[in-house]
Amino acid sequence: MTVTLMQGNEAVGWGALAAGCRFYAGYPITPSSEVAEMLSRELPKYGGKFIQMEDEISSLAACIGASVGGLKSMTATSGPGFSLMQEHIGYAAMTEVPCVVVSVQRLGPSTGQPTSPSQGDIMQSRWGTHGDHPIIVLYPNSVPKAFDLTVTAFNFSEKYRTPVILLMDEVIAHMRERFEVPAPESLAVVDRISTNVPPEWYKPYGDTIGDIPPMPSFGSGYRYNITGLLHDPMGYPTQRLDEINPLVERLQRKINNHLDDILLYDEEYTEDANTVVISYGITARSARHAVKLARNRRHNIGLMTLFTIWPFPEEAVMRIGRTAKRVIVPEMNLGQLALEVERVVGRHKVVRINRADGEMIAPQTILQAIEGR
Amino acid sequence: MTGKQNSNRIEVRLAGEGGQGMILAGVILAEAAAIYDGKFVVQTQTYGPEARGGSSKAEVIISDEEIDHPEVINADILVAMSQEACDKYASNLKKDGLLIVDSEKVRRIPLTNAVKAPITHLAIEATGKPITANVVSLGMLVGLTKLVSRDAINKAIIARAPRGTEELNQKALERGFAEAEANLAVNEKS
Repeated sequence: MTVTLMQGNEAVGWGALAAGCRFYAGYPITPSSEVAEMLSRELPKYGGKFIQMEDEISSLAACIGASVGGLKSMTATSGPGFSLMQEHIGYAAMTEVPCVVVSVQRLGPSTGQPTSPSQGDIMQSRWGTHGDHPIIVLYPNSVPKAFDLTVTAFNFSEKYRTPVILLMDEVIAHMRERFEVPAPESLAVVDRISTNVPPEWYKPYGDTIGDIPPMPSFGSGYRYNITGLLHDPMGYPTQRLDEINPLVERLQRKINNHLDDILLYDEEYTEDANTVVISYGITARSARHAVKLARNRRHNIGLMTLFTIWPFPEEAVMRIGRTAKRVIVPEMNLGQLALEVERVVGRHKVVRINRADGEMIAPQTILQAIEGR
Repeated sequence: MTGKQNSNRIEVRLAGEGGQGMILAGVILAEAAAIYDGKFVVQTQTYGPEARGGSSKAEVIISDEEIDHPEVINADILVAMSQEACDKYASNLKKDGLLIVDSEKVRRIPLTNAVKAPITHLAIEATGKPITANVVSLGMLVGLTKLVSRDAINKAIIARAPRGTEELNQKALERGFAEAEANLAVNEKS
């Protein structure tokens, strides 16, 4: 195990390589550019391909193509670029093509404030593309976690054949932190399941062996149609209700039936806490500082840090809502994940702390809310 | 989470003008602590869009336990290499905090107990290059506080120095150590 000092964006790059990523297509944009910079240097050494595309639309299109061809693929972007990628996030969800989209948020809307941190894309990461699509969004709170969750993002995307979004804070992307690089053999790496049925028997979107159909690479002898239109088990467009409903339902079911695996969060002192702070990303670390200060003052406070924000960990938050009298949700936006917390625990229990000016929320601000000041 | 709050959390700010290498100094200090002393470290930075001039600041937080909030709340140590940096950050120092200034660049000093040294001038004396002032300032910081071991900062500097400049940078570091020792000796007498 090597100990090093590493930047968050670099950790994402190394995590991708460790997970088996061998294709990156992107358009550099601050505060995500170090991911591209690092992979443009390292990917070729691993036999991978790096392409700088003409924009973010084509970047994700290239990733989807490479993934269909059998390579684990990733792109990284920020606010304006993430907006452009929404169309293809929907396409990847519909066509069930594994890919990882890293979005390092910056203050918006529009071109906003290029290097100022923000957590303003919580809802966009869930609903940025149209239609009832399944999605997984992971959110690291440290440099080591950025590495871990990048590996997890690839694993989930391969396992569930879905685009996975790694949403990051600028603070984590650019800060350097001590990191013990894990030995490659200590990492669990998941690869997509292929098939060995004769090509003429293969149903690319069938559900005969479960909700996640096997995915042989294009060019390996299996020919099939891929379309963003609602399709039948062979991949051809359909208007038949008895084919549309099963597809729409299966897309939801393949994620929703595996929440035990997908929902990642951490709880500290929540069992009997009167007040629980629920947070994510860098704000969860400011919250942790505040919770420690509050516990030293004998307040009965707990902390829940979310690493999977979508699907929203409804059951876990509901459980907290049953015992805690008050739930505090600090976030660097004008109140986005708080909407979900309110839906689950009830509006009357939730105290929001919001800031959307490009600065972090200070631990003191959270402590004041804990003490009801 | 442990009971005792942040007892060993040390917050450092290194501030100056762009081009003085203060962010690199922050990275070197962080690497010394993380890689060679085995501490928990978080390093952040802010800088203007200019490559030179403008203001530039690195923050390093060092602790024996996991670090939560990653930014300086109240600095224990401030190294100010420009008047602007001193004006901006001195008021945020803890009551018993340490202020180190380049006395030729910072004329108005708000604290009576600041450690003053002509850091850039010392760098020129030691190496002939004003650019090594950041390393001199690291030598002073480590010499005065023992925040990281001398061995660790030395190794971190060698690892970061462009090939062929290792010796030069070590001279700058030694000059910083010497200045710190001179300063400590004066304080002991008084």
